Amino acid sequence: MEFKTFVFFVLATIMLLAALRVITARNPVHAVLFLVLAFFSAAGLWLLLQAEFLAIVLIMVYVGAVMVLFMFVVMLLDIDIARLRHRFWSYLPLGTMVGLLIVVQMALVLSGNYFSAEALPGHSMPADYSNTKELARLLFTEYYYPFEIAGVILLVGIIAAVLLTLRKRKDTKYQKPSEQLAVKRNDRIRMVSMPAEKDEPSVDTAAAAATEKREGQ
Amino acid sequence: MMEVQLLQFLQTQLGSQWLWVEPVWPLVWALMQIVAILAPLVAAVAYLPYFERKVIAYMHVRIGPNRVGPAGLLQPIADALKLVFKEVIIPTKASKALYILGPILGLAPALIAWAVIPFDAGLVLADIDAGVLYLLAISSLGVYGIIISGWASNSKYAFLGAMRATAQMISYEISMGVALIVVLMVSNSLNLSAIVAGQGQGMFADMGLGFLSWNWLPLLPMFFVFLISGVAETNRSPFDVVEGESEIVAGHMVEYSGMAFALFFLAEYANMILISAAVSTFFLGGWLSPVGFLPDGIWWLMAKISAILFLFLWFRATFPRYRYDQIMRLGWKVFLPMCFLWIVVVGVWMLSPLNIWK
Repeated sequence: MEFKTFVFFVLATIMLLAALRVITARNPVHAVLFLVLAFFSAAGLWLLLQAEFLAIVLIMVYVGAVMVLFMFVVMLLDIDIARLRHRFWSYLPLGTMVGLLIVVQMALVLSGNYFSAEALPGHSMPADYSNTKELARLLFTEYYYPFEIAGVILLVGIIAAVLLTLRKRKDTKYQKPSEQLAVKRNDRIRMVSMPAEKDEPSVDTAAAAATEKREGQ
Repeated sequence: MMEVQLLQFLQTQLGSQWLWVEPVWPLVWALMQIVAILAPLVAAVAYLPYFERKVIAYMHVRIGPNRVGPAGLLQPIADALKLVFKEVIIPTKASKALYILGPILGLAPALIAWAVIPFDAGLVLADIDAGVLYLLAISSLGVYGIIISGWASNSKYAFLGAMRATAQMISYEISMGVALIVVLMVSNSLNLSAIVAGQGQGMFADMGLGFLSWNWLPLLPMFFVFLISGVAETNRSPFDVVEGESEIVAGHMVEYSGMAFALFFLAEYANMILISAAVSTFFLGGWLSPVGFLPDGIWWLMAKISAILFLFLWFRATFPRYRYDQIMRLGWKVFLPMCFLWIVVVGVWMLSPLNIWK
């Protein structure tokens, strides 16, 4: 067995086990972490296919950002696993059917070179082949139009998400940092010019001092 | 080159015994390289807190650690010994496996990212084409150590600290990544060695004033964005709301003790050194010499890393802690738009006749 095949099987095994644990783990946080492990193994498999750009972007985007936010949400929610498992058996037939359908589709696509890492493309590339450069060339020439459309769709998604969460409550007190930073000295203090007060002893105090002196004697 | 010489030496020395070594040689060689990088790094991580205490002490007109060994030089060893012999306490109802895994996941990314940092021309562990992407991907994993340990501690302070840290680190990762896009545009490569080599060319480099043709000058705003985001990314003062001693005692590491706590400490300092190395590589010309009449070499990279590390310590001694909403505002509303604007500016610049990166 070639070393590459060995690595492939190790990664594939880890990935399948992790994926299985995602749906069987009792604690949702553990499930998210197993999903992270599955992503990592998938990135390893892509590296074997010399798709280093996709592999690293998978880790950067999904593991580094999306799954962290997932974890954020899962940690903050109070998820009751028992209630989620409530009608498990009644949903099972539907779930099984969907699962079988996916397996059939995958089998149709992969039939022929199923489970053989060598037969997949990417092994006959020249040494100076840069996956990143090739991908960029395709994206910005041949697939320029779909690429831009995908960008616009994402932008619409961003704006929609912002609009959904944008609501102002009248009773919330918050600071406006830009205003705070723009404050000048003259907004906060006022310089007043006042005549200096002279420290001359008045007649009353002089008399009081004289009485004190006499009493002291 | 070194590998070939070593290989020949070993083959002549071992003779017939070489047959046993040959199958595992790639593994042995890789491990030797890793140790050669990590051993000085760990030593630097151990002595950085000492350096920090000394620097801040002198800024406060104090003396700093001076009791253990000459000039206090054995202080880090004494601290490490103390932490090793302390018990690692696991809180009740903590998620035990994750509680142990947290600090390890915090430290590991700071160490494995060094694989792509070039120390000299050709002196790099993995000279891969997607080096910048690798660096970004690995540094985005550091947040797991914090969020896992915060959650697994089963403590409100730790959890709050982890939440803050995660939001802050994700925000500043984006500005760092976008600032690097500008660097990629001008150097036309994702390979770190190529990025450094590209900074050694240009009008000023030909005149013998290499430091003026490094990326920091033409990309000055991005240099500041990357440096400041780096400080925020490592949760250092003035962005250290993650620990926030006065508010949430120590954030995600409040429940940790002994060696597990020491790992967080090591991770913070290892990350500082990593960010300094990244700043030096992307903006300060890596191993390149600042002037024409001095030779290039690894010592220049060391000097640049030390200078940036000194900046980190200087910030800590100078600035008060940022307010949390201001941190988020700075990341999202100041740095990110600035990066996007600069992408456009540099793009126009590169297409204009004034292009200096041909």
